Amino acid sequence: MSLKAVETFVTEDGRSIGPVILEVKDITLKFGGVTAIQNISFDIRGGEVRAIIGPNGAGKSSMLNVINGFYHPQEGEVWFKNELRAPMKPYQIAYQGIARTFQNIALFKGMSTLDNIMTGRFTHMSSGIFAQAWWKGAAEKEEFSNREKVEQIIDFLEIQKIRKTEVGRLPYGLQKRVELGRALAAEPRLLLLDEPMAGMNVEEKEDMSRFILDVNEEFGTTVALIEHDMGVVMDIADRVVVMDYGKKIGDGTPEEIRKNQVVIDAYLGISHD
Amino acid sequence: MIYREAGDFKTTYKADQDTFPIRFDRVAFWLSIFVVALIIPFFVNDYWEKAVFLPFFIYAIAAIGLNILTGYCGQVSLGTGGFMAVGAYSSYKLMTSFPSLDMFVVVILSGFVTAVVGIIFGMPSLRIKGFYLAVATLASQFFLVWLFNKWEWTYNYSATGQITAPERDFLGIVVTGAYSDPWATYIFCFGFLFIFGWMARNLVCGHIGRSWMAIRDMDIAAEIIGVNPLKAKLSAFAVSSFYIGVAGALYFAVWLGAAEPTEAFSIDKSFDVLFMIIIGGLGSMTGSLIGAAFIVLLPVTFKTLLVGFLGWPTDIAEFIQIILIGSLIIFFLIKEPHGIAALWRTLKQKLRLWPFPH
Repeated sequence: MSLKAVETFVTEDGRSIGPVILEVKDITLKFGGVTAIQNISFDIRGGEVRAIIGPNGAGKSSMLNVINGFYHPQEGEVWFKNELRAPMKPYQIAYQGIARTFQNIALFKGMSTLDNIMTGRFTHMSSGIFAQAWWKGAAEKEEFSNREKVEQIIDFLEIQKIRKTEVGRLPYGLQKRVELGRALAAEPRLLLLDEPMAGMNVEEKEDMSRFILDVNEEFGTTVALIEHDMGVVMDIADRVVVMDYGKKIGDGTPEEIRKNQVVIDAYLGISHD
Repeated sequence: MIYREAGDFKTTYKADQDTFPIRFDRVAFWLSIFVVALIIPFFVNDYWEKAVFLPFFIYAIAAIGLNILTGYCGQVSLGTGGFMAVGAYSSYKLMTSFPSLDMFVVVILSGFVTAVVGIIFGMPSLRIKGFYLAVATLASQFFLVWLFNKWEWTYNYSATGQITAPERDFLGIVVTGAYSDPWATYIFCFGFLFIFGWMARNLVCGHIGRSWMAIRDMDIAAEIIGVNPLKAKLSAFAVSSFYIGVAGALYFAVWLGAAEPTEAFSIDKSFDVLFMIIIGGLGSMTGSLIGAAFIVLLPVTFKTLLVGFLGWPTDIAEFIQIILIGSLIIFFLIKEPHGIAALWRTLKQKLRLWPFPH
């Protein structure tokens, strides 16, 4: 831990990424007799785009659920910002600066785009119930300063037009974008994306990749994503973890992963041309 | 439509968040408030006060309360009658124990007592959802009514088991008891509706209101954003019960003047208020008001029309009214869960574009 925390790492495209901000050590997660994750360790460095790939049922989403506190692993440790994390509730982890999106969109369907993203600022708003009821003064000021941040995100994601639309009525691609906006609104240190491009067409995938890279570069947010589109993963990820049947079978830069025989056998396959 | 919103641009976030973003609506709203608050009191008589305005104001407060819990936070409650009873009995105890206390303070304190009771009965919501929670709140309804029947201290050991509101004033104006003027009780109740309606609107537009709606729409996502489900649900129960407690206190002390738990705070009350928010619109402040007006005015209108004009027997008129409300509830639950408020919104949307379809 101590050494890794300071050492920097140079990626394939020559970017230097920071010290480790999150490390999972020997995580084992069981549901009854089923072992979803077996003895997995890896780290996420500050400022990088880290991809987690693997076939269906490999335990990728479970891994994200461990990181943001939905599941409590039977064995293993999670270190965040150089501290061993005590078992926590998901909402406490949100206050630590970890945000995420879901594989199946989990937006607040009855609320407008604006309200959804404003809800993402929840951890930054603290006025009490009486101040809220009175509204004038503190509550109003807090609302508008947060609204300004939200408007920046709306501009960034180019969703100005649907600001006041109920999200339930939006097309799938836009809903995914709003969900990203909601996670970004929290200004997280670490952003977990569970299949941000699932079910999208090529154009939407390109937009989403661009947003993820921009978030990473402009805001310096560390991104960990699960994705099945290998083209996208190899393009945007700095380092890749490969999982299969709950075990880690590969970890390294995209180039290393592409050459890794175990990964090729289990997941990537070979091209038949 | 008689107005267009073209050219009505917003340059500040404050203007953008206005309850009535269109100028015409804003003017119409304040004009109607002016009429209701400053003109009607001069003309209101005993019949209109007791049969129309007081029940409307009081049920509207209760409907706003239940809407916060059910419409905004998604927690179904059938305990409204019981919570109204808590408000009523707290106001009775406060009025008799502290005779010099201003009626305004009495009502507010009754609200806080009910909020505490609401938090206690809201605890099961952390474990159970939906239909099962509704049954758990049903238990609170029956328990509370039973409590006020059996616990003699709550009705000051009176022989009849009934509570009667003594004469109390608000800033020197008598608002309870037999000698209160219609205009005084009218203004008193309207004041509560206006102030607490405004506060409820503030709450649901702020981050606490958003945390309620987040819990309603997707509790898992709400939690990863930082919403503590315990805090969000219990605060919704507290605020909702506060409103219902205030309504209960006004219902007993100002409107009825006397009450007996089994009759006045029965399960029917819970259903009445629930029907108001279903017909009016779940998750809408306007909906609460429309629903309350609808349920309060329908019996009055039916009585005047069918019994007064057509001379039908009273029981037939009453049955027709029950059938009508029942079918309306089924209609709204299937066709438009957001109630009359949503129909009104759709109509406005259509009229804005008229004569073009899109």
